[in-house]
Amino acid sequence: MSSFRGRDVLSIRDFSRADIDTVLKAARKMVPVALGKKVSRSLEGKILGTLFYEPSTRTRLSFESAVSRLGGRALGFSSAEGTSVQKGETLADTIRMVEAYSDGIVLRHPQEGAARLAAGFSEKPVINAGDGAGQHPTQTLLDLYTIWDEKGTIEGQTVALVGDLKYGRTVHSLTYALAELGANLMFVSPPTLEMPREIIEHVKEKGLTFRLAHRLEEAIRDADVLYVTRIQKERFPDPQEYEKVAGSYRVDADLLRDAKRDLIIMHPLPRVTEISPDVDRTKHALYFKQAFNGVPVRMALLDLILGGGS
Amino acid sequence: MRELRVTPIKNGTVIDHIPAGMALKVLKILGIGDNVSSTVTVAMHVPSHAMGWKDIVKVEDRELGVREIDKIALIAPSASVNVIRNFNVAEKRRVSLPERVVGILKCGNPNCITNAREPVEAEFLVKSKSPLRVVCRYCDRELEDIPAHIV
Repeated sequence: MSSFRGRDVLSIRDFSRADIDTVLKAARKMVPVALGKKVSRSLEGKILGTLFYEPSTRTRLSFESAVSRLGGRALGFSSAEGTSVQKGETLADTIRMVEAYSDGIVLRHPQEGAARLAAGFSEKPVINAGDGAGQHPTQTLLDLYTIWDEKGTIEGQTVALVGDLKYGRTVHSLTYALAELGANLMFVSPPTLEMPREIIEHVKEKGLTFRLAHRLEEAIRDADVLYVTRIQKERFPDPQEYEKVAGSYRVDADLLRDAKRDLIIMHPLPRVTEISPDVDRTKHALYFKQAFNGVPVRMALLDLILGGGS
Repeated sequence: MRELRVTPIKNGTVIDHIPAGMALKVLKILGIGDNVSSTVTVAMHVPSHAMGWKDIVKVEDRELGVREIDKIALIAPSASVNVIRNFNVAEKRRVSLPERVVGILKCGNPNCITNAREPVEAEFLVKSKSPLRVVCRYCDRELEDIPAHIV
């Protein structure tokens, strides 16, 4: 797509390689503004509806920070409690109302497909900020930005995705995007939490190199990027089994002795125990920078869609 | 003279070339149970030049609409539908699967927004016609066991 103006952002799969490139480059230009070192008024007078039907810390705050840094305002709610949703209003009706009050809508909702439904009822652009176990495209864009900004390119990088690859929506969207951009992939997970078959099929169709592994040690030497995700306790019927499995996917300073010198470690956060605190002090740790990158990436998107960016 | 196992009907619809064994599912799609007021004839495992074996369903005094024909395509893509008026074939239609299937199937994902109380019909994109694979346009999930999810 040549122009972003007025466009919905529903799934990362709607983005071509050129689209992703446009967002990454625009995001880099936004960094000084995100840091408060430069001032931009490109969204002056604009109102962004932020509808968060379920709690979110990073996503909501970074969207609000992004719109404020560009001179616009956010208007919305951070949980469904106390809103007309509790009185039984449909999402479709809420969207029609908020559309009238704002220039664009950011939506986080617990059900899959909510953002696509919202986009069908709104003339104003809708940005999906996570729909249940479905899509979370702005998270994927900030993950891509982090790799690109640090490594200079995404093509040819060996990215190891670690943890719960079966249920984690973040890793699914990221895999589609990395496959589109020509990265080499390693899927490291317990046998019960492997990447779904259809996603592996997709990677194969793209003709990319990939590897499946069950142990972190098998992946650590070759990886340029280690993308770690949380293994959730509720996926295991037996708590002891959980402890055992979670323990074997913990990244610590010991493990990193075999890693490439310029390995970067990413995590969508919040982390629990899967990255040991002793890793935080190493030059490999990039997860807090990654969380910050959410602001310039969301600024770039908002500017391209609602502001003067092109 | 050849003897016909199934006799001609005066008015109604004949659905021919149904894959063998699928006739009862066709009846389910058409909503034909104990509540019909006309005669319904089902022939199963009938020899066929083109298919080896096939099923046939004849529904008297009822002409099928386009939407019902689309529904049949989901389980019997090879079927042909003949509308009979006064013992003659008045219209001959092939069932054809549309690229989008709207309002015919229900999404199998309980957490899909189309299963909430929202004013939309479930919509599926046909990913492959043979074997038939459809994906929900809203939640992106592929629908398993398609016949079981016909509305």
